[in-house]
Order: sequence, then structure tokens, then C-alpha cells
Amino acid sequence: MTATEVKQDRPRPKGLTRRRKRRLSRGLQYAVFVAAVIALAATADWGRLQNQFAEADIARQMFPDVITLALRNTVLYTVAGFAVAVALGLVLALMRLSSVGPYRWVAGVYIEIFRGLPALLIFIFIGVAVPLAFPGKEIVGGTYGKAALALGLVGAAYVAETLRAGIQAVPQGQTEAARSLGFSPARAMVSIVIPQAFRIVLPPLTNEFVILFKDSSLVLLLGVTLEERDLSKFGRDLASTTANSTPILVAGLCYLLVTVPLGFVVRRLEAKAREAAQ
Amino acid sequence: MTRPEIRITDLHKSFGDNRVLRGIDLEIGQGEVVCVIGPSGSGKSTLLRCVNLLEEPTSGRVFVGESEVTDPDVDIDAVRRRIGMVFQQFNLFPHLTVTENLTLPQRRVLKRSAAQAAEVAAENLARVGLSEKADAYPSSLSGGQQQRVAIARALAMGPEVMLFDEPTSALDPELVGDVLAVMRMLAREGMTMMVVTHEMTFAREVADRVVFMDGGVVVEDGAPAQVIGAPRHERTRHFLSRLLDPAMAEVEEGTPGEVGTPEG
Repeated sequence: MTATEVKQDRPRPKGLTRRRKRRLSRGLQYAVFVAAVIALAATADWGRLQNQFAEADIARQMFPDVITLALRNTVLYTVAGFAVAVALGLVLALMRLSSVGPYRWVAGVYIEIFRGLPALLIFIFIGVAVPLAFPGKEIVGGTYGKAALALGLVGAAYVAETLRAGIQAVPQGQTEAARSLGFSPARAMVSIVIPQAFRIVLPPLTNEFVILFKDSSLVLLLGVTLEERDLSKFGRDLASTTANSTPILVAGLCYLLVTVPLGFVVRRLEAKAREAAQ
Repeated sequence: MTRPEIRITDLHKSFGDNRVLRGIDLEIGQGEVVCVIGPSGSGKSTLLRCVNLLEEPTSGRVFVGESEVTDPDVDIDAVRRRIGMVFQQFNLFPHLTVTENLTLPQRRVLKRSAAQAAEVAAENLARVGLSEKADAYPSSLSGGQQQRVAIARALAMGPEVMLFDEPTSALDPELVGDVLAVMRMLAREGMTMMVVTHEMTFAREVADRVVFMDGGVVVEDGAPAQVIGAPRHERTRHFLSRLLDPAMAEVEEGTPGEVGTPEG
């Protein structure tokens, strides 16, 4: 340990050294954190909070319906909506990249409009305005169809921009290789470019799925039957009949059951993509 | 020379104000191997890309076999099926295995059955000596192996003409030999080949003719022994001396054709 020996020979510097400053700063940050936790714990009424949010009897009462009905419906709405979003988004992305002007403009206007509107408004539009405008006509699939359409319309705008970026990220040489082998432009796009584009945008696409999963809570604006209730509606209904917030907490945990693992998957995919790019 | 397989007449190509090709006339006979050499920016890659219309010529005509490539009414996809192309950057499809790289174009473009495509793929992988990599993905192959797969992919379509765009320029020096060996084999088998390259040894030994381009025109066109061995033009001599002995080159002002021209 020659370094310390050398140090001892030198006169101790006055005031705070770098090492002492760092220690002091770290200690201070811990102190603030501990103080905040203690203050929170002291002010909260734990008994009341437990009654309100963690009533075991009420929580037990929610099972198995919260999973077999509510979570199942939420997943169904999301998957249907995501399917519509990807299909419509792909069409919009290809329109955006088209050499025909009007296609580009229509897709551009769509994307600007639907990215600029709150999802809530789209659900009201599908649930209330469309039935009024087209009396006697029904959207296929009932509530499921309406939810898929509303989520799809919102999601498609984001998916379109994501896919467009993905398609543009596929090197030009891939198209040239395909064309030189005799692929038509459309076939080269479908067989060579789009599969690679989907690979590139898999992480942001998974993210979009998570966003739609949360937005599916807006189906309550479509007017759902008991059998069609999603997690949020289910939790809220039970919360008001029992005058207790435990169902909200349980519903929330059910969302996290899906979103947290998916978020983990997204980070893994992103890390893998970064690795592949190097 | 037998009947010309590739015929190029008065070909011009401009990128904006940049006139890359300024009137090219060139004929390549059936079974002939022609190496195109020249400084970067001389337009040699652009010329090659005009032959299968990856670049649209500004004016002039290109014929391959019986078809005119530059005819606006030609079925360009059908013409391209007869022209194999090998790129500097290999351009294998990274989402497909080596075998799938060879079978997908056959199935989608030539409508061959799965069994037939697989058979042709295996045959051509064997020709380039990569049968054992059939199930590998391109990313796990060396550059030289990727380029050989790219050649096999082009061959699996049964082309009458092969275009090579600096096929060894992106390779580590020790991997160049394997690719050149495959090209040499093709030349021996009588394939019509147009090769843009900097490999002078290959040009000298394999080519029937060497074409030297500079500034968008053909400066010299003749047997390798003449163009490389005893160049008639000062520009050819200058280029070759710089290429063969780069350490001896002097600093020059305004190297011709070096300014802002796209290459490859």
C-alpha cells in the first residue's frame, strides 16, 4: 500500500477533501430519505388504510371473477384492438411511403388527427356518435367490435409511424438485392423488407401493446354489460357496492401482472437489438 | 467474339448536375469475362448498375440477351431473373437462413416447388463449398462466406449473365481468395461475367478483356496483357502505378473524378 504511505507523508489538507465531500453528500441523501419514510409512516392512519385498501374478505370475494372475467375481457379487448392497430397501421405506413401523393397526404392527415386526440374522445365517438349517425347499423362484434375499433383507430396512428421508421431502417441494399433477383417492388416489400422492419420495431410495438392494454379501461364509455366488464369497470363497480377501495387495488395489481412482465420483455428486446447493432 | 450477351450504346447517367457516365459503348460476348477497372468515382459501379436497371440511365440503350433493358415497356423483373448480381456489401437477407436465402427467391420469383428449390439450393451451396453452413444465419458467417452464399443465391436463379460490383472490396484480405476462387470456377464454366474490381491479379489471369474507365468514359479496352501490362494511355498508366504501388504516390491537386461522386 504505497499510495497510503505517500499520503501520510503529505500534510493533511485543510477543509473538505473530495473523499469527505462525497461521503457527506451520500449521508445527507440517506438521511432525507429515512426522514421522509418516517414522516409518512407516522402521519398515515394504518388501520384505516388497511380497511380501505386491503380488506382480505372483499379481495377474496373478487376471485375468481376478476381473473376469469375482468382480466380475460381486458386481454380480449387489447388483443383485438392491437390486431386492428397493426393491420391499419401497416396500411397507413405503406401509404405514407407511397409514391402517389394523395395516399401520403391521407395517411399523414390521419396520423396527425388520431395522435392529437385523447383516446377517451375516440371511445365516446365510437360509443355515442357513430350509432347516432348510422341508426340501425351495428358495428360487428358488439362491444368487442367497438372496443377493437376504438383502440385500433388510436393505436394505428402510432403503429403506422413506428412501422414507417422500421421500414426505412431496413438498408436499401436489401431492396436492391431482392429486385436484382427478380422480385417485383411489392413482393420485395412483403417478403424481404416488412419482416425485417417488424423485427426492428418489436420493442416499440410491444410498448404500444402495453399502452393499448391500459387504454382498454375506456370501454366503460361504450356501455358494457356485466359479462363484458373489463378490469377497471369491474373494480370500480365492486368498490362502489362494497364502499371499499380494495377492489381498485386488486384490479390495479391485475394490470401490473401483465404490464410489468411485458415491460421487462421490452427492455430485453431493446438490449438484444443494441447488441445486434454493434 | 460470339453474339453479344450485353450491349451498351451511348449510355449517359447524371445525378443532378453530376455527369457520372458520359457516353459508354460496350459489348460483352457470350461466355466472356470482362473486368472493369478505374479510380473511385469513375462511374464503373454506376455502369454495372445500369445493366440491370438498378440505376435508370439518363439516355442510351442497354441490351441483355434478346431484351432491351432500357425499353420502358420491358418486363424488368423477367429480364433481371436472367441477370445475377453480387454486391460489395453481400446484401444477404439477415432474417433468413443460408438455405432460405437461396430458396425464397426461387419459390417467390420462379415459382419452383419447395423440393425443387431446396435441391437447387443444396447444389449451389456445394458449388461454393458451403454445404455445411446450410442452416446457419448470415450473421454467423465470415464476410468471405457471406459473399460466397450471395454468389450461390444469384446462381440458384439460373442466370445467363453475372454482374459483380466490387465483390471483394469489403472483405478482410485473407478472405478474398475464397471468393475469387469461386469466380474463377464460374469463368471456367463459361459464365458471361462483368466484374467491377480492384483485384488486378484476378483481372490479369481470369479476364478475357479489361476495360479501364475514368471520368465517366471508357479510356482503354483490350486484353489484360495489353491494358494492365502495357497500357497505351497516360491515365491508365497513372492509375495502375498508384494502385500497384500506393506508397510511391505523390500528393496531387484535384484528383480527377474524386469529388462527391457516389460509388457502389
